Amino acid sequence: MSDPTGPFEPKIVAFLCRWCSYAGADLAGVSRLEYPPNVVPMRVNCSGRVDAEMVLAALEKGADGVLIGGCHPGDCHYVSGNYKTRRRVALLQRALSEIGIDPQRVRLEWISASEGHKFQRTMTEFIERIRDLGPSPVLAATTKEATGHG
Amino acid sequence: MPAARIGVFVCHCGLNIERTVDTRAVAEALAEHSGVAYVSDYDYMCSDPGQRQVIDAIDEHRLTGVVVAACSPAMHEPTFRRAAEEAGLNPYLVEMANIREHCSWVHRDRDEATAKAIRITKTLVEKVKRNHPLDPVRIDHVDKCLVIGGGIAGIQAALDVAESGFQVILVEKEPSIGGHMAQLSETFPTLDCSSCILTPKMVEASRHPNIELLTYSEVVDVSGYVGNYTVRIRKNPTYVDPDKCNLCGECERVCPESTASEFERGLVERKAIYIPFQQAIPSSYTLDEDTCLGLRPLRCSECAKVCEPNAIDFDMQPEILEEEVAAIIVATGFELYPILNLGEYGAGDVPDVIDGLQFERLLSASGPTGGEVRRPSDGRIAKRVVFVQCAGSRDPKNHNPYCSKICCMYTAKHALLYQHAVPDGEATVFYIDIRAGGKGYEEFIQGAIEEERIRYLRGKVARIYRDGDRVVVWGVDTLSGKRIELEADLVVLAMSMNPHPSTEGLAKALKISCGGEGFLKEAHPKLRPVESLTAGIFVAGAGQGPKDIPESVAQGSGAAAKAIGLLAKEKLIHSPEVVSIDEEICGGCGVCVGMCPYNALSLNGAGVAECNEVLCEGCGTCVSACPTGAAQLKNMSDSQIREMIEVALADV
Repeated sequence: MSDPTGPFEPKIVAFLCRWCSYAGADLAGVSRLEYPPNVVPMRVNCSGRVDAEMVLAALEKGADGVLIGGCHPGDCHYVSGNYKTRRRVALLQRALSEIGIDPQRVRLEWISASEGHKFQRTMTEFIERIRDLGPSPVLAATTKEATGHG
Repeated sequence: MPAARIGVFVCHCGLNIERTVDTRAVAEALAEHSGVAYVSDYDYMCSDPGQRQVIDAIDEHRLTGVVVAACSPAMHEPTFRRAAEEAGLNPYLVEMANIREHCSWVHRDRDEATAKAIRITKTLVEKVKRNHPLDPVRIDHVDKCLVIGGGIAGIQAALDVAESGFQVILVEKEPSIGGHMAQLSETFPTLDCSSCILTPKMVEASRHPNIELLTYSEVVDVSGYVGNYTVRIRKNPTYVDPDKCNLCGECERVCPESTASEFERGLVERKAIYIPFQQAIPSSYTLDEDTCLGLRPLRCSECAKVCEPNAIDFDMQPEILEEEVAAIIVATGFELYPILNLGEYGAGDVPDVIDGLQFERLLSASGPTGGEVRRPSDGRIAKRVVFVQCAGSRDPKNHNPYCSKICCMYTAKHALLYQHAVPDGEATVFYIDIRAGGKGYEEFIQGAIEEERIRYLRGKVARIYRDGDRVVVWGVDTLSGKRIELEADLVVLAMSMNPHPSTEGLAKALKISCGGEGFLKEAHPKLRPVESLTAGIFVAGAGQGPKDIPESVAQGSGAAAKAIGLLAKEKLIHSPEVVSIDEEICGGCGVCVGMCPYNALSLNGAGVAECNEVLCEGCGTCVSACPTGAAQLKNMSDSQIREMIEVALADV
C-alpha cells in the first residue's frame, strides 16, 4: 500500500480510551460514517494511560501524526485521567515544537461514546491536516542518522 | 517463556466484514507473521461452529494465545474468552481485533481496508504474545442495597430487592416518599387514581421488614467500590418523633407561621409544622426550621405546648449515618423546567398561567380546590382553558432541545379531565406534534379529540399576557397559516422535564456521569439501560431521562434485577488487568500514589509502592507517571504498547 513513489499517505496512530473515544469510534462504525483509512486505532483503558514516551515512540517508528481520544472533561470513567492527559499533551506539544516537530502532529480530542459523528469529523480533519503538513521529519532524520553512522 | 503459538481467527461477519475486507488475505498475511501458528477465516466466528473452531484449534495446535479479528471487543470479547476457557486456555490470552466497526464499516476501498485490517490484527497479535495468564480478583461483598430517591421508580426498585431477601436502605430527601406521582390526580391512559395505585406501594415499602426507610435524608458522600461501598447519609431533624406523633394536627392549627406548600406547588400555603399530604409516609409531622419562628422554646413553641403525646423535640440534631452497601440504585427523578424561564408565556407575571403539576393539584380531589378547576387569581371556575404543549421543550435556541416525552399524553389527560369537571367549559390545546407512542396512548389521544371534542390547534404559542382579568394567548395555527388570538381564564403550560437539581452533585459523589442535558447516563443506550458505567451503580426513573410511570416502574424493576444479580453472587469478580509494581525498580518516589483516583496505591514498609488489586480499576494513569517504569498495567505494559506501535506502522 505504501508506494514510496506514490502520493503521500499519512500514517496515523490513535490511542483511544475504552469508555468514550473507542466507543465513539464503534458508534461511527455502527452508523457507517466513512473516514479515510490512514489511522490504526489502539485501545487503552484511559487517555491517562497515554504517556509522552508512547507518542514519541509512534513518531519515531514512522507515524506522521498521533491522535489521543479521551472522555470529555468531567466525564472521565476513571474520574480525572483525562485532566492529566491534557497537561501531559500540552507539555509534550511545547517540547515537540522546540525540537522542530510541528505540535499539530499530536492532537488530543474529547470524544464521547455518543459522538460517532465527532469521531468521523475528527479523523477526517486530522488526516487532512497531517496530509497538509507532509511526512513527519522524524523518520527521515533517524534513518539518515542511522545511515550516517552505519 | 516458551515460543508463542498464536491462533488468528478472521471473521467474515456474513458480508459485514467480507464486503470491504479481504478476510482470506488478512488470514494469509497473518500466517506469515512471527509467532502465529494457526490462521483461519470463517463466516461467523461468534456462531457455535465458529467458536468450536477456536476451541478445537487451541487444543490441536497447542495455541498459547488467540486473536479473533472480528467486531468490537465490547461485543464479543466475553464470548471468545469463555470459549478459550472451555478449551483450557486462560481467557486473558484472548484479544479481539476490531476490523468491523473500526474498519470494514467505515471504509470503502477494499485494498485499503484490507491493509488496515492487517495492521490492526497484527497489533493485537503483538499484544497477546506478551499477555500473561491472569486470575480474576475475587472479592467479598456486603448484602445490602441502597436506593436513592423514593419516587415510584425508587419504591419499585426497593420493593423488588427487598422481596428477593436482601436488605435495602431507601433514602428520600423530602419528608415523605411518593415523589411526583403522589401529586398526580389520575394517570393516563387508564385514568387510574394516582394515589390509589401508589399509596399501597408506599405503605408496603414502609412496612417491609427488609427496607429501612430514611426520609428527610440525603446522601453526603460515597467511597469504596462495587460490593463494598461506604455511604454517609445525613438525616435531617424533623423535630417531631414519628413514633409519638398521633397526627392530631393540633400543632399545625396553632402554628403562626406559613410558607408556600411544596406539595401543592404554591397554590396554597402550609404551616411551618406540617405534613406534606394526607397519605404521607412516614405519617408524621415535620417542623421546617427555615419557616419556624425559631426552635428555641422562648421564641414561640406554640406547637410543643399543645402536643399531647409530647412528640416535639426542639433539640433534635442532624445525624450522619454510615452504611456499607454492595449496590446503589439512583432514582432521583425529575423537576419541571423552571416556569419563570418562560417569561414570554407570562409566567411569574400572570397568576393564571400555571404548570402541569399545579393543574394536577387543581384536578385532584385531595387538592386545594377539592377537584374543582378554580383559577388561582380569583378562585372562579375556569370556563376557557388553553393548554400549551412543548413549553420549554424542543426549543434548542431558548430552552431545552429535547422532547419531554410525557407532555402530549398528560395534556390530553388534563383536557379530558377538565372537560369532565367543567362540562360546559372550552378546552384548547396548542401542539407542535402529537407523540403518543405507547400501549393505548394513541387511542387515548384520539378519544380526547373525537369524543370529548377538545380543540387541538397545531402551532406554537408566541406570547401570553394579561388584559384585565383575562389571559390573552397569541399563536399561529400552522395548518391554516392564520394568526390566532384566544381569550382564556386559565393557561396550563406542559412544562419540559429537567433532571432533579440534586442529580449533578449526587452523580459527582457517586462518580457516575450525566449526559449533556444533565440526566444520568446509562452504560449503553440500548443494551445496558439501567447500569451506569461504574460497576454496582444502577439508574432508574426520570433522573435518567424523561419517562412516564410504566417506564419508570419497568426501569426500577430492571435496576433491582441487576442489583439482585450482584447481591446474589457469593463473590464478586474484579478484572485482574490492574497495576503491578516491580519492587526491584521502584524508587519509592510516591508519584503514583498521588495520581491514583482510587487510593489503590501506597508506599509500603519497604519504601516501595504497593497496589491494592481490589481498589485498582486499571486506568493506568500511574503507569504513565511512573518515572522508572516500575508501575505497569498487566497485559498492557509499556513494552507491549511499543511492539504494537511498531507493527501498526510497518509496511504490509
